[in-house]
Parts: sequence; structure tokens; C-alpha cells
Amino acid sequence: MHIIVCIKQVPNTTDVKIDPVKNTLIREGVESIINPFDTYAIEEAVRLKERFTGKVTVVTMGPPQAESALKEAISLGCDEGILVSDRKFAGSDTWATSYTLSCAIKKIGAFDIILCGKQASDGDTAQVGPGISTHLDIPQVTYVKKIEEIKGGLARVERMMEEGYDIVETPIPCLFTVVKEINTPRLPSLKGMMRAKAAKIVQWTAADINSEPKNIGLDGSPTRVVKIFTPAPRKGGEMLKGDAAELAQKVGDLLKDIII
Amino acid sequence: MDDSKINIILEKCTGCTLCVRICPFGAIKIENKKAIIDLSKCNLCGACVDSCKFAAIVVDKGSVAKKDLSAYKDVWVFCEQKKGVIQTISFELLGEGKKLANKLGGKLCAVLLGDKIEPKVDELVWRGADKVYLVDAPELKNYQDDPYTKVLVELVKEYKPEVILCGATVIGRSLISRVAITIDAGLTADCTGLDIDEKERLLLQTRPAFGGNIMATIITPNHRPQMSTVRHKVMKEPELNKSHKAEVIKKKYSNNILSSRTRIIDIVEEIEETINLSEADIIVSGGRGIGGPENFSHIKELAKVLGAAVGASRATVDAGWIPYSHQVGQTGKTVCPKLYIACGISGQIQHLIGMQSSKVILAINKDPDAPIFKVATYGIVGDIFEIIPALTKEFKKILKK
Repeated sequence: MHIIVCIKQVPNTTDVKIDPVKNTLIREGVESIINPFDTYAIEEAVRLKERFTGKVTVVTMGPPQAESALKEAISLGCDEGILVSDRKFAGSDTWATSYTLSCAIKKIGAFDIILCGKQASDGDTAQVGPGISTHLDIPQVTYVKKIEEIKGGLARVERMMEEGYDIVETPIPCLFTVVKEINTPRLPSLKGMMRAKAAKIVQWTAADINSEPKNIGLDGSPTRVVKIFTPAPRKGGEMLKGDAAELAQKVGDLLKDIII
Repeated sequence: MDDSKINIILEKCTGCTLCVRICPFGAIKIENKKAIIDLSKCNLCGACVDSCKFAAIVVDKGSVAKKDLSAYKDVWVFCEQKKGVIQTISFELLGEGKKLANKLGGKLCAVLLGDKIEPKVDELVWRGADKVYLVDAPELKNYQDDPYTKVLVELVKEYKPEVILCGATVIGRSLISRVAITIDAGLTADCTGLDIDEKERLLLQTRPAFGGNIMATIITPNHRPQMSTVRHKVMKEPELNKSHKAEVIKKKYSNNILSSRTRIIDIVEEIEETINLSEADIIVSGGRGIGGPENFSHIKELAKVLGAAVGASRATVDAGWIPYSHQVGQTGKTVCPKLYIACGISGQIQHLIGMQSSKVILAINKDPDAPIFKVATYGIVGDIFEIIPALTKEFKKILKK
């Protein structure tokens, strides 16, 4: 079985601080990590490989330094890493990003399952996974919380919904986006870390993946950011004091209009 | 200058660092008193261009010939139904869609897909729809990516809406991404603010990024329709007007359009409280400070009195005290209820990201230095086992339960 995992390198949100004076993001010294949701996709891919034998290819689109995310994925059990990187990709929105990744996947060749995290923690769009499956014209199941079985060219999975879950059957090849509930990611093994160190990351440019210039970067992006601003941070409010009964009465008065 | 889309005009740059400070992506630094842009970090958002007092930064945002987009009219709302019940997010979107349609001088149209769903059309009309596109077929009973995408694509191709709004729900996000790619349209996720630039007929879509630490306004200049998914509880549901009338357009599609590669085997309902976290007006959440899984009973009791949903911090979910579907925060759900009551939650940044846009936050924690108090409207330092029962009692009294 050949599994492809798409990942993104993102700034670690726990490190992102707001400058209290200028009210802007402080990015200096912010560590780059694998998007938290993608770690579940990596783990699930490695588990599928262990269940069915095969190979896991991990791919990312990003700047040269995203290579470290691919190496980390290899240390966690992925076999091969591909970095799709080109200055021409600058300004890509989700349309252009999913197009670019779909071109890279076409170049990778035959696969059975593509796994993505449900969304990235910096953009929170959840649009790139479905975008890739649409560009490739393959079926998708989003918000997958369990891969029950894969047999006879069909996969049976659980899709998390607001009120519970759906059990969905899909032919493969297909794409899944996964949620946290699907697994608990392992830590890298010593062997894995050594393999990652030795691994050679494949680098592809816009030309290498046969992408059309009109579909990549800013030209391939229907949307444009026209304004970026930092909202005033929420301020702490009133601290209420008293014994439990007094507090309850105060809270009752304050919240009466909301709860009735 | 080279072929990149953003350039510094070195003669004009004074190295004043205004751009360095404004850049939300940390992509600019000063070397030898001149700004240098790291293109691997730059998102071409143009914040620096506006900040520069010397017009030393130029960005080429693509000067493609403006297409004739005049054939696209009206504002559409994709109305989500589950088990034949219209989801409340659809009503919220009809309320917002009406305002946008008025500004554009177009009609508000509801799109409804389902099986034997026609009786529900009135609910959409009473909430302001001037036109309803109704596609009724057994294949559309439950949401499936393929038929829903193909039907919506066919409708868009035939009737050419100017704007499409859809809930940022599981279904909405899965469906509308596929539609946007198929018809080559721009899509902005999880908007919390919408407006119209009346002169350019542009939908101004504002959304949070980095968990709400920055906000971005996004447009789609040269593609139609302009598509957005919108967060729960941000837009207001309109008043019911039972005398409002609308034109209903019923469409039938061939098996080819209605076929699906995926198949639903079963639909399992799981949340005991049966209140959808994202749709709840009030959420009562428990964190590690409640001490153990058995103490969620206090949280649940308070929630029951208020008709609220039960939320949880990541720590309690990871410890197995409560299922993941209750988790609020970065790797859980993002919520913005009218009232969020945080009990024994310290307020790690990952949790705050998921709930800091709640209208009123009441935090109860024994640690006066807990970060949750920095975002709370009202804070109580104290023992949750004394305070929660007292609150439960007080709310019962107020609500006469």
C-alpha cells in the first residue's frame, strides 16, 4: 500500500506572543513545528503501513526550511520526503496550494490513500485537503476519526460529525482528512532519528511538477488579502468577591439577561 | 529588481523599520539600513506597502484584465439540513445574506438539497429568502460529497450567483471547498465579518488567523461567485415573517449527477447532552481543576439548568474524563457562544484560541494567576465545588426551575 501524507510547517502557537505596546505578533524566536493535526495524519499513515505493509511518502509545499518538518516525519516512520518549493508559489491561497500539491502527487505516481490533517493551525481553513481530492478527482472523506478496515479496494471509515459520527465506505484511491481522535502519535525512535538524519529530501520546483504558471502562486489564487490587522486583545474584566452565596447572587444579577 | 511580486525601491527606503513592525509574517528585516523581504515567509498581503511613508515598497498583485462579471447576480445561502432538519446556521446566514443582497441590489436565494424536504421550504422563506432552489431526491437524503458537489456546481453554472455563503460546519467545509475548486472560484474560510464594497461589488470577508491573534480581510477580485464559509453564532438569525413570499425553483438531475462514489453505512449519534457545541448559546466547560472524571457531573448539572452544552479542556479529554467531541480549543472546536463558563480551566493559549471570541466569559479557578482571568469578563477565585453548586441553585431560582 502506498500512502501519501501532506503536511505543513507552521509557527508554534504556544510561542506566538502579542507585543502589548504595538499590539502585533512577535515572531522572533518562534519555533516552527509540524501542524498539530498533521501529526495525526503521519501517525495514521505509519500505522496503515504497519497493518498492510507498503510505503509512506510525505510531501510539503513551503520554504526551504520546511525540510526539517519532512525529516521529522521520516523520524516518525515515513519513508520518503518531498519538498515542493519555489519562489513562484509565494502568495498561494488554498486554491493554488491544493493545485500545487495535486501536481506533486501526480508526479509521485500511483497511491492508495492520501492523508491530511483536518486543517492547519495557522490558517484554520480546512480547504486544502478537499481541494487536493477535487483537483485529483478522487473521493474524499473529511474529519475521519477511525479507519475501520480496508479490503477489496474499499475503505470503511468513521467521519466525525457535530452530533456523532457517520460510517462511510469509499473506494480507494481516496483522500482522508483526519482529526485528533484517530490516534496518539508516537515519539520518534532512535533508529528513526538516525534514518531521518541520513535521509535525502527530494526537492521539486514549479517546473518539476509540471504545474501551469497561471495556476500557481498569486496568479493561481482567486482570493487576495487586502488588509491585515491585529484586533485589540481581550482584556480581563471584573474580579468578583464574596462567599459562595454572595458570588452566586452577583453572577445571577450580571448574567440574568443572557440566561433567560 | 527581479521577477518577484514584491520589491523594495532601495533609493526610497530609509530603513525606518515601520514595515518590519507591521509585517504579520516576520518576513522583513533591515540590513545596511535597507529593508529586505524574505520571500519564503512573505504572503504578499501588502500590509508593509500601506505602512511605508516613502512609497518604497511595491507589490504586484496581478493586473490581469478585469473579466466581465456582470452575468453574476444574487446572494445564495447553502442551507444545511440533517435528517430533514434545517440547521440553525442556515437561518443565521439568511439574515446576513439579506443585508448583503440589499447592498448589491440582488435577491436573497436559499439552496436546499434533501429528500422529501419540500415542506421545509417555508422556514427559509419566512426568514427572508426571495427565491428557493430546491433539489429533492432520495440520493440527497444525507450529505455525501459527490452528489452535493455536482448538484451545487450545476446550479451555479446555470444561475450564476454573485455570492455564496455556507456554514463553516463539517458538511459546509467539505462541500464548498470542492465546489470552489471545480468552478474555479475564490473561497474564504470561517469568516466572522462580511460586508460589501458597493462600488466594486466586492464581498469583504474578514476572518481570524492564528487563533484570532490577527484578522485578515480578503476579497475575490476577478472570479465569481465569491464564496465564504461563516462561523456559527456570529451572524444574527432574522425575525420570522410568515407573510414573506418567494419563488421556488425545483430542479431535477440525472443519475450521473446524483451518483456517489462514497456510501453512508450508518449515522451514529453520540453526544449525550444532544446539544451541538458550536450551536450552543451557553457553554459550561470543565478543566483539570475539577479534579476527576466523576466531577463532570457538577458541570453537567449546571449546564442542564442553563440548557447549555458541556465543553472541556484538552487536558480532561486526553485524560479520558470526557469524549473528544466536547473539546474546546486549538485541536478541538472553536466556539463563540453568548456565555462561556470556564470551571477549573487554567487557560492555556490553545484553549483560549477556541473560546476567546465568546461574548461573555465567566471564569472560576482557585489560582488567582490563572491566565483564563486575562480574558474573562467576570472572574471568581475560589473553590469550584462550593461555587458551582451555589450557581446552579441561583440559576434554578432565576429560571424558576
